[in-house]
Amino acid sequence: MGVDERGLIVERIEALFASHPPADTDERSFWGAQFDHGLAWVQFPEGLGGSGVSPRWQAVVDQRINDAGGSTRNRINNVLGIGMGAGTIIAHGTDEHRARFLRPMFTMEEIWCQLFSEPGAGSDLAALSTSAVREDDHWIVNGQKVWTTLGHLAKWGLLVTRTDPDQPKHAGMTYFIVDMEADGVDVRPLYQITGEAEFNEVYFTDVVIGDELRVGEVGQGWGVAMTTLMNERVAIGGTVQPRESGAIGEAVQVWRERHGEDGDPVARDQLLQLWAAAEAMRLTTVRAKEAATSGTPGPEGSTAKLQWAELNKRITSFTVDLLGPEGLTYPGGYSFTRPDGSADVDGAPHKRFLRARANSIEGGTSEIMKNILGERVLGLPGEPRVDKDVPWREVPRS
Amino acid sequence: MSAHAAAPPTVSYVLTDEQRQLQEMVRDLFAQRAAPDRVREVMLAETPGYDDALWQELANYGLLGLTIPEAHGGSGASFAELAIVLEEAGRRLAPVPLLSSAVLGTEAVLGGATEAQAAALLPGVAAGTTRLALAHLDLGGDLLAAPGVVASRDGATWHLDGTAAYVIDGASATHLVVAARAGDDLELFVVPGDAPGVSRTPVEVLDLTRPLATVEFAGVEVAEEDRLAGGPAMAALHRALTAGVVAIAVEQVGGTAHTLEACTAYARDRIQFGRAIGSFQAVKHRLAELLVELESARSAAIHAARVLAAGEREELAIAAPLAKSYCSEVYERSAADGIQLFGGIGFTWEHDQHLYLKRAKSTKLLLGDPKHHRALLGELLAL
Ligand SMILES: Cc1cc2nc3c(=O)[nH]c(=O)nc-3n(C[C@H](O)[C@H](O)[C@H](O)COP(=O)(O)OP(=O)(O)OC[C@H]3O[C@@H](n4cnc5c(N)ncnc54)[C@H](O)[C@@H]3O)c2cc1C
Repeated sequence: MGVDERGLIVERIEALFASHPPADTDERSFWGAQFDHGLAWVQFPEGLGGSGVSPRWQAVVDQRINDAGGSTRNRINNVLGIGMGAGTIIAHGTDEHRARFLRPMFTMEEIWCQLFSEPGAGSDLAALSTSAVREDDHWIVNGQKVWTTLGHLAKWGLLVTRTDPDQPKHAGMTYFIVDMEADGVDVRPLYQITGEAEFNEVYFTDVVIGDELRVGEVGQGWGVAMTTLMNERVAIGGTVQPRESGAIGEAVQVWRERHGEDGDPVARDQLLQLWAAAEAMRLTTVRAKEAATSGTPGPEGSTAKLQWAELNKRITSFTVDLLGPEGLTYPGGYSFTRPDGSADVDGAPHKRFLRARANSIEGGTSEIMKNILGERVLGLPGEPRVDKDVPWREVPRS
Repeated sequence: MSAHAAAPPTVSYVLTDEQRQLQEMVRDLFAQRAAPDRVREVMLAETPGYDDALWQELANYGLLGLTIPEAHGGSGASFAELAIVLEEAGRRLAPVPLLSSAVLGTEAVLGGATEAQAAALLPGVAAGTTRLALAHLDLGGDLLAAPGVVASRDGATWHLDGTAAYVIDGASATHLVVAARAGDDLELFVVPGDAPGVSRTPVEVLDLTRPLATVEFAGVEVAEEDRLAGGPAMAALHRALTAGVVAIAVEQVGGTAHTLEACTAYARDRIQFGRAIGSFQAVKHRLAELLVELESARSAAIHAARVLAAGEREELAIAAPLAKSYCSEVYERSAADGIQLFGGIGFTWEHDQHLYLKRAKSTKLLLGDPKHHRALLGELLAL
């Protein structure tokens, strides 16, 4: 079966490249054709951007596209849609959702954002209070979301709301797709420690959402939201990168340029310590990938997000130390702009050092990841809870 | 990016069905035969310094000749299989001379012996009747220094004089593989442990589960045919030490895995303030961090074992010091945190956790500490 899948995928890649040479086709047309050839999300069904094969073939497709001079930047620049929303729509959406949303998402004609976090609900997402009240065939939404990455560019948002405040908090939620251009949606920039505004706060005032844009059943929003978050955590830190790339690659480069063989031996040892940790982590992603496709997956697949976040912070901080007095500067100054995509990987070491602070907050904080590893993987008991089996209305909130 | 960093070879990390069976078999074997009481009994006895009954059992199962060719009485498997045995031995602190005989000694012979010498020595090693120990360090124990033993030639006879320190299982080995200076060269000799002029003194060791000895040579006569003459001795010694480094990393993963399992079980059971201590985040989060570190240590160690088995020498030069430096630090941290997590009972002689701390500390320092290995890595990566 593996052989058939490979054959099918290779055949489709060749057909795609024949009709749309990656280097000579404009990005949008190429991504559209990629979708039509079932190579956008290979594991999705035929006709919906997929070929119904194991997701592991996606890496082969993307590698071939990059090698042939094409672009896969849509996966990064529309990550909340392509990385998280698509899987949610396939798992819980209607046929109309699938037909309407997936292709323009993949071609980046429509950017997506994720409207989960609120001022009073972050790690404890199920505390959220943005309300949706039903009226006939539509819903009226009021409330505030925060930290909404790409909210200012987005056409659509993945929105979790409270539809029944009298149920315990995990039970009374409902999930929607919301039109970010609808009346009553107000998107305001939030500047972060890098001086840029990747994210926003979003206010909803009597926003009307048709019931046909509901994803999953009324009251089942928590389960749908979990699908989105699982997709997110798999996406962060779990992909196999080349040796000595990313943050450690930059640290090595700075070391070679400024210190090299005559460098301070203590700093060299620290660099090598980080190099070893980065390489051991990288080998874990290789091992996890192999286990996921041909073996029995073990805990090696669940540790990536936490480890990557913590190590990235250490390495980017060390790299600024290597700059010496130049670490006092901020090249280009704080721009107070709104970048087109997630700025995670661009910029000077100084900016990467600052941006990395978010790694252990976004997509689930490191403390929450440790709770999850401790409880789900190691089987340690949870903490006593004061918020279970109580109507959401009665739970203390900030 | 340096040439070394560019493209590591691809080796597989998933166990084959046979390897999985081997792992289960060995895990059971050590669980039964190297239970804590037995480990303590062996470690506190004056002699012989290892568990001979368990050793014979390992030999009977063919586990002492995994890397020895079939022609020389081994099973012709590979270091990947040996690594499985070493990890399980490390999990139980099994008191058997695997590192000294099956790894260091065997690799030195495989690397340095002629066919005839290998044919004479290795069948006994695979059968467990010959136990090798590698004597290569001088009194200072510095890996980079020349050996403390000097060899001088007199016709067909050599004379060995000097001292070899920190010889793992040196007192109980039947044969010593001795690295000696011969003028500007290095030579390896195979010398019976009870040869005239050899005196072996056990060292008072931190880790009682792994004996060390100081071995003195006073005019020890060795025939030319017992000088390993199949290739450059320096290369054979290097091969043995590299395999030893990888073996230690794999063993450290076993010990770390044991520590995590033991601590997790205790954290689920031990109640304070009306709750299992594992429900407190200070405890839970440390164990979660340990899980992350263990998985990475495992990746580094398996990678090294697999590239060694595949004969990927260039990558092994990176993988071995990477594994040794990373796994050493993870093991020590986990073993030490383990004592803290168990509280007062963890500080008692009666509890096993101190045995793991001692093993962690001693393996960290054996065959080069993490700094030493990072320095090697730095040279290779041109940093
Ligand atoms: C760059 C960036 C982009 C983001 N993009 C989006 C987005 O597009 N859409 C979106 O919906 N959200 C987004 N977020 C929000 C992110 O998911 C939340 O910030 C995160 O879940 C934490 O919530 P909080 O900020 O409310 O912190 P809190 O939950 O208030 O946490 C504060 C501190 O308390 C700790 N803490 C909380 N609960 C526990 C516990 N049970 N045990 C131990 N410690 C605990 C946390 O670990 C943290 O250190 C983004 C965040 C960042 C930084």
